[in-house]
Amino acid sequence: MKFAVIEEKLIPEPFLTVKQTTFPISSLDHFYEQLPFNPQFTPNPALKNYLTGKQLLLDELPFSMEELYTHYENGFLIFRKGIVFEKKSAKCRRCGNTDQRYFASFYCSRCREVCTYCRKCLMMGRVSTCTPLLSWAAEPPLSQMETLSDNECHPASLIWEGTLSPGQETASSRVAEAIGNNQDLLVWAVCGAGKTEVLFAGIERALKENKRLCIATPRTDVVLELTPRLRKVFPGITTASLYGGSEERHTYAPLTISTTHQLLRFYKAFDTIILDEVDAFPYSVDETLQYAVRNARKDSSAMIYLTATPDRKWQRECRTGKRAFVTIPARYHRHPLPVPRFVWCGNWQKLLRKNQLPANVLQWLKERLASDKQALLFVPKIALFEKILLILRSLHPDIETVYAEDPERKEKVQKMRDKKIPLLVTTTILERGVTFPNLDVAVLGAEDHIFTESALVQIAGRVGRSAQYPKGDIIFFHYGRTEAMVRARKQIVSMNREAEEEGLIDVD
Amino acid sequence: MSGICLYCGNEWIPPVSWSSFFTVDLPSYLCPECEALLEPVSGMTCKICSRPLEKLDAQFIAGDCCTDCKRWEEDPEWRGLWQENHSLYVYNEFLKEIISLFKFRGDYCIAKAFSGQIARVAKKMDYDLMVPVPLSKERQYERGFNQSEALLIEAGLKPFHALDRLHGEKQSKKSRRERIHLNQVFQVKAEANIRGKKILLVDDIYTTGSTLRHAAKVLIGAGAKSVSSLTLARG
Repeated sequence: MKFAVIEEKLIPEPFLTVKQTTFPISSLDHFYEQLPFNPQFTPNPALKNYLTGKQLLLDELPFSMEELYTHYENGFLIFRKGIVFEKKSAKCRRCGNTDQRYFASFYCSRCREVCTYCRKCLMMGRVSTCTPLLSWAAEPPLSQMETLSDNECHPASLIWEGTLSPGQETASSRVAEAIGNNQDLLVWAVCGAGKTEVLFAGIERALKENKRLCIATPRTDVVLELTPRLRKVFPGITTASLYGGSEERHTYAPLTISTTHQLLRFYKAFDTIILDEVDAFPYSVDETLQYAVRNARKDSSAMIYLTATPDRKWQRECRTGKRAFVTIPARYHRHPLPVPRFVWCGNWQKLLRKNQLPANVLQWLKERLASDKQALLFVPKIALFEKILLILRSLHPDIETVYAEDPERKEKVQKMRDKKIPLLVTTTILERGVTFPNLDVAVLGAEDHIFTESALVQIAGRVGRSAQYPKGDIIFFHYGRTEAMVRARKQIVSMNREAEEEGLIDVD
Repeated sequence: MSGICLYCGNEWIPPVSWSSFFTVDLPSYLCPECEALLEPVSGMTCKICSRPLEKLDAQFIAGDCCTDCKRWEEDPEWRGLWQENHSLYVYNEFLKEIISLFKFRGDYCIAKAFSGQIARVAKKMDYDLMVPVPLSKERQYERGFNQSEALLIEAGLKPFHALDRLHGEKQSKKSRRERIHLNQVFQVKAEANIRGKKILLVDDIYTTGSTLRHAAKVLIGAGAKSVSSLTLARG
């Protein structure tokens, strides 16, 4: 699609009545992305639902160009450049990519010119120099609440019988306050604190104020886990669940639960974004995803960050008062976090080459097997699996290994839940998100650089999560202690101290 | 010279050897791990369509060609219209993914990954004009480019646009029978002079050979001396 500009107004090539030179949208300057609003115009409600808070390509919209253009002429629809050039280098406005290695050019049949496109977000449809991004300009659709008569029960009401621990209570009111005042807040909650419940009051408040919310997380499995929980406690509203391949991509909902990746299709959509596991891969290293989250916020909006393990920069900002935060230093079951023990195990890699494990490691594993207590053994590299498994299978035939690309990953985790595996050897893939009730955990080679401070805190956080079994052993076998190990232990100890001071745990 | 792999995005540095000082380097676009997943067509192949015969069940082999080609050649309507096909790689899972990224997602620069091989093979073939199999106008607009033409251009070869294609359903949604008994979708452009020329048709994938044979038929009908073909993948 090419456009001409007449009196600073875009005119698509097919709608030109006089002959006029046309250009790809990125080559045009001085045009209005949005025209003055015409209050007499009646917009198409289906289009409004589709496009509010979004940035979509023409190819993604099942509406005719005539209809889209009429909405532009009446001020209801925005055309933005998909690619802009800043000092001759390209920038993708959908995903924020400025790395020139991720741009390529070709002679394009649509604009009959050489067209530059972004390879970074190509999987969501190609954005090139002749591709406009379309957004809705006017007021958002009436939400279900506004169309309601007074005597009905408010549909955004929270239906939840549970109670919050005092630690959760404090965090919950801070979250509601930040959402109400459009502020940013970090919720630093220990592993197993019960983060989701802390959000309920804030979500209810936002919904009742007709605000649009999004809970974003880097991982699809978390979206799948959270959706039914939130639908259950907010049964009166529509909740959209978005991940690669989900069917609800075009549902307008007051509450959206989405992978951070899917936010690339949103533009100034949300009054509140709750961002889960800010420190987790891939969000923490992918600038595209960070851009997507920023882009999906309204100019005035609240941002709630959730994490058990903020990185050092964030921790420093909290200490120096530069970042608003609230901690939940204790688990809901009022037991302290298990503190890791450091045990030196010598040059374990050298031993492993000789098909041996350090004696103390082997001893620890044997004890778990003998007492029938399930255990996880974290190792730094997949390459070590084969040798370790060879040694361990002689102890017990059902011992398994699991890693990120393991085709049987889901099945093995399920077997572990069903207690059919006594010991699971794993990479850091199981550092978060999994709960096995009665568990001991060991790390072999805790000195490896892959075991960062946050990875080690998360790993330790697998132990003692259930109220029934609040204790367990967490042990770091190492060949030289590292800064990360020391910091991780310090973080856990100081959370326990804080919890004790605030009376959030029962010390026995 | 470091680059990012066009397929997996990993950065890699090609190993430096003496030959990299003395020879003109062919730039590589795939990292060695991805490159290794490409499976060149090799060994015994059908003399007509270059289908690898070694992995084929004996009942589908007829002497030095496959039974598919034999069937085509037994039909007087199709006999001898088309010389031979040459394909670079077996259409395995990896190539399937990479071609889908290339033509359905529209990642044009994937064509560069094959430019060296295509240029090398084209040099060995005997032809006057290289004709990319065209897309219909609608499909070409939708994709923004013709993948066969892209393969040629990136290999530094000059495409000759001899054919038009009428809009139809997607080929990939049809069975072999439907494809063979397809109505003719190609026509030779009025302005294209191909009389007495040796034509090399270029397409991305060879599946049943129906597309190429239909194109060959109209080209021969318009006076071409001979038609053969080059495809990236052999399905």
